Amino acid sequence: MLHTLVILVEDKPGVLNRVASLFRRRTYNIESLTVGHTDIPGVSRMTITVVGNDDHIERLTSYLYKLVNVIQVEDLTKRKMVSRDLALIKISTQNEKRAEIFQMVEVFRAKVIDVTNESLIIEITGSDDKISGFIDVMKPLGIIEMVRTGAIAMERGSDSLINLAESGL
Amino acid sequence: MKRSGAQIIWECLVKENIKVIFGYPGGANLPIYDAMRGYPQIHHVLPRHEQGGGHMADGYARVSGKVGVAMGTSGPGATNLVTAIATAHMDSIPMVFITAQVTSKLIGYDAFQETDVTGITLPITKHNYLVTDVYDIMPTLREAFYIAKSGRPGPVLVDITKDAQQAFIEDWEYDDTPIHLKGYRPDFTPALASIKEAAALINSAKKPVILAGHGILMGNAMKEFKEFAEKAHAPIAMTLLGMGAISAHHPLNMGMMGMHGESWVNHAIQDADLILAFGMRFDDRVTGNLNNYAKNAKKIHIEIDPSEVNKNVKVDVGLIGNIKEILTQLNPFVEKNDRKEWLKVISDMKGETAVRDIVNLPDNGHLYAAQVVNDIRRLAPKNTVITTDVGQHQMWTAQYFKVEDAHTWVTSGGLGTMGFGLPSAIGAKFASPESEVWTVCGDGGFQMTAAELSTIAQEEIKVNIAIINNGFLGMVRQWQEFFYDKNYASTPMKSPDFVKLAEAHGLKGIRVTKRSEVEAAIKEAQAHPGSVVIDFKVEQEDSVYPMVPAGASLHEMIRRPSSIVETPLDE
Repeated sequence: MLHTLVILVEDKPGVLNRVASLFRRRTYNIESLTVGHTDIPGVSRMTITVVGNDDHIERLTSYLYKLVNVIQVEDLTKRKMVSRDLALIKISTQNEKRAEIFQMVEVFRAKVIDVTNESLIIEITGSDDKISGFIDVMKPLGIIEMVRTGAIAMERGSDSLINLAESGL
Repeated sequence: MKRSGAQIIWECLVKENIKVIFGYPGGANLPIYDAMRGYPQIHHVLPRHEQGGGHMADGYARVSGKVGVAMGTSGPGATNLVTAIATAHMDSIPMVFITAQVTSKLIGYDAFQETDVTGITLPITKHNYLVTDVYDIMPTLREAFYIAKSGRPGPVLVDITKDAQQAFIEDWEYDDTPIHLKGYRPDFTPALASIKEAAALINSAKKPVILAGHGILMGNAMKEFKEFAEKAHAPIAMTLLGMGAISAHHPLNMGMMGMHGESWVNHAIQDADLILAFGMRFDDRVTGNLNNYAKNAKKIHIEIDPSEVNKNVKVDVGLIGNIKEILTQLNPFVEKNDRKEWLKVISDMKGETAVRDIVNLPDNGHLYAAQVVNDIRRLAPKNTVITTDVGQHQMWTAQYFKVEDAHTWVTSGGLGTMGFGLPSAIGAKFASPESEVWTVCGDGGFQMTAAELSTIAQEEIKVNIAIINNGFLGMVRQWQEFFYDKNYASTPMKSPDFVKLAEAHGLKGIRVTKRSEVEAAIKEAQAHPGSVVIDFKVEQEDSVYPMVPAGASLHEMIRRPSSIVETPLDE
């Protein structure tokens, strides 16, 4: 099953390489990976989705903790979480389907962010399922180019995932 | 005080109480070597190849219990260290490797002798660093030593650019405030409830077996371990690297487990109702087929590295932390028990094997490696330090060199690195100059790092080198015999005259071809003030028994065919 891991790491050169290399060396396959700054100076947050059973993911978590630059690893899969992915889709409007496209954009609550005579760029945010569903609908209408960010995720509720005390931050 | 980056490196080594380092100079680390004269308290050993230097530092670390330090220049100097780094990584040896890197402005431009060493060594180090700023040298080296020796030990590599070595700090001072790393937690303590749970399992077990691993030695928990074993009165099986955790002659010590373990040990593990895994990691060479491994046993695992618990074998209780502390907590809950019945079962399984043992055979005109190892053990002092290379002779030494003291047994376990024996013995001698040091090598592995004879001669140290010379890459030949239809592809090996090779280095060489000559040769080597190479011309096609074939279950062992006992005299 697909697991969503949140990994807090020190913001140092080469850390992404260490994490990615660990997945490769231990034969895990990264489905998606996003990384960016957090509100804590010197700490970056990765969201990695990876397929595996619970045992695999538990082992992966303990391998990740062996990396000196990894501060915290949380598997959000079994918690109440929100997960979002963003896609930009450039689609051809030459085949007279413009109205249909606009209708779908409305249904999926996507946004048109660039318009030319021959094409549109659509921005859509949502769960992995929703975006995949939208892409399926758009495919027959002529996708020119597409990009997805990969999932970012956060636990629902008022608590922070980040355990400051344990890492001494 | 004003210090250059190169001087700061030496200052840090002095502060870490490093007495000896093994290094090779080159273009990028010239500033380090130039600064060396200011630090005569550190002895520098020049190996003949960086791999040898790395293994020397490794042998030094295993025997001294301190951090071993090896050094190399950029590019090929660093890549030559890779085998030594991987060896130390697989066996959890605390080491710091200092490599030099081209000037920071040139990094990424494929400069002369530039290699991405931190990239190459990323999966085979506990951690590694690239230092490009002189101000980062001290904090990085301090972290490197801290990481190398804390938690589950391992090698740390620090790659330092030439310009950082050359730069100066005007008012440099050593900082010895405690180190805190955000993402690094070497210390774990198991909950008291888990310790009590383990004790309950131990106290109710009828047929427990302890698997004693390297972690007992790394954690210096020999005393606590002996107390535990004697109180629980549970038989002990040793891993290859665990030897020395308790004397081979302790009545509860059954001997080695695994692929070339003693048959009764493997049977005891398979029949056990409780497995107590202490500081070991259920390597495939000790478990055989996991589907049939100790099926009826509950399992308790004491381990410092959380990622090892439930990795290969699912356990009932995992106690994660420092084994010395855990055993200190656990021992009071363990009830005394004599387990007479279970120990009787094991001693019955062992039976009269001594009668069949090859070392007790009358001289049939053949010289067997086991007899050589047995005689070295018999004639060498109890605290002799022994190192091995990798292959058949390693297994025979593991079986017949009954290791008594902790930190006297040095072998490459996890990586199985040929060429390890000779250089690790050199490092061992520096760690324990008063001890008699032997290395047992095969003719193949010896030749991989034989150039280090020259290092021995230059350093004027005494190491006794026993070459088990069977004219084959023996372990591979054995597999070819058993599993590849005796197709001896590229395993027959012609060697130089090892006696002359020794003499060419100014060392003593002795050749032994008969069993009757073994004892005299060993005594002659011991009496000689310098290093001695003994070329033992042994039986060419002898095999290591018992053997659990790769992928078979632990109890499915190939036993020594009895015919070998009656092998007629050649000629």
